[in-house]
Amino acid sequence: MAITEKLSQEFELGFTYTRSTGPVVGRFLTGLRDGRVLGIRGSDGRVLVPPPEYDPVTAEALSDWVEVGQEGTVVSWCWVSEPRASHPLQQPFAWVMVRLDGADVPMIHCLQAPSAEAVSTGARVRVTWVAEPRGHITDIRCFVPVPGGVS
Amino acid sequence: MRDIAVVAFSQSACVADIGAVNEVELIMPQLQAVYAQVGLSSAQDVDFVCSGSCDYLQGAAFAFVAGVDALGAVPPLKESHVEMDAAWALYEAVLKIRTGHADSALLYGFGKSSPGELPAVLSQRLDPYYLAPLWLDTVSLAALQARMLLDSGSITESDMAAVVSRSRQNAQANPLAQLAGDIGVAALLQDDYLLAPLRRGDCAPVSDGAAAMIIATVEQARRWGVPYARLTGIDQRIESHNPCMRDLTDSVSTRQAAAAAGVHEAALDVAEIYAPFSHQEIILTRALGLDEAIAVNPSGGVLAGNLMMASGLARVGEVFQRIVNGDARRGVAHATSGPCLQHNLVAVLEGA
Repeated sequence: MAITEKLSQEFELGFTYTRSTGPVVGRFLTGLRDGRVLGIRGSDGRVLVPPPEYDPVTAEALSDWVEVGQEGTVVSWCWVSEPRASHPLQQPFAWVMVRLDGADVPMIHCLQAPSAEAVSTGARVRVTWVAEPRGHITDIRCFVPVPGGVS
Repeated sequence: MRDIAVVAFSQSACVADIGAVNEVELIMPQLQAVYAQVGLSSAQDVDFVCSGSCDYLQGAAFAFVAGVDALGAVPPLKESHVEMDAAWALYEAVLKIRTGHADSALLYGFGKSSPGELPAVLSQRLDPYYLAPLWLDTVSLAALQARMLLDSGSITESDMAAVVSRSRQNAQANPLAQLAGDIGVAALLQDDYLLAPLRRGDCAPVSDGAAAMIIATVEQARRWGVPYARLTGIDQRIESHNPCMRDLTDSVSTRQAAAAAGVHEAALDVAEIYAPFSHQEIILTRALGLDEAIAVNPSGGVLAGNLMMASGLARVGEVFQRIVNGDARRGVAHATSGPCLQHNLVAVLEGA
């Protein structure tokens, strides 16, 4: 097979339509717009953030809403030394799994930190918000370290 | 239940960038190779065809339909597709044969990953509300998983490097591998982090290529008069799409699939595991209950070359070839799909 010159064209990967986010995802995202982080209680009593629509154990619809804290503990992290243009932060940053106070499972978002050495499992972090929230997961601008905070 | 045989397998070389070669041109040589192994002339000679691919790689809905051109569109044939690795096309074909709707099936998987930035493309297959908008990618998710294992003390970075070293060593005997060589743990640990705690060697390379397989009832395999391996067990299990809802230091779904597929009903001599990251091979080896007497990834595994949507089928093909060549009597093949080992398939093959 002869390898000849490639044809190339600009292409934007994405959905070309809008979707309704429904009663659970929509309520969570509306909470973010209002500066609140909402979770939902599962059948086993665990508070799940972000909320799933259906119980992970029984598959029943879930509706027992719980507001959780905006500080939490790092459960795991990794260091992105070369962010992509699409990433939420353009300086080197960490992806973190954070268990928010009052939640029983972690959530994933980004953490702004000066270097990998400044990040550790067990560190305390808190949510920071964008200036103009619009009901989107990126209304959380990022997590930042809580000064002096190690759990 | 009808006994099923694997009768033919072929895989392309793993190539970082195949250039202008399109998907149909990737698939066709593999189809010709498996037809030749059985003595068939075309896809018309089997009862069912199923393929595995990912439309996100081509960036267009129903892109997989173009792959059917490799079969010849006329006359019509019974054809299906999974938006998954072709190991799940094998699973669909096994159901088709076991339920008596076919006696033979052709499977193929293909992926041309080079045109895009693979981790970013795959990020858009995540949860569309909570994760995909962050462009969180598969390598980062694997890095979060690796950190949990390292923090728990159940592995070290040297253990991860040892997996990579063995992969590169084994791949020296595999002419289709993309990465092969004699590199030790100390040298691998000298590398900078790609995405700490992962180094580049801990991550499977990005490859273009395709693979194809033919399976049939044992009776049909005997009629064809070709060497075959019996597929004595196959099972697949899936876990939550939310990685935070799972124990990422284990693979519960692999354990369940292995038990259901009867992995430990007799001794094993070979295992081919789909572990796109070094620490995942350790998780999977433990979940599959493999001891040190079993050759794990003698091909080098996917750390030596990773054909998206075909590497899972290729794990089954590798075990098939070792059994037919007389190098092994009984082996296990594993395929995975989704971030951090979300969905796992386990197949057991035995000599005829």
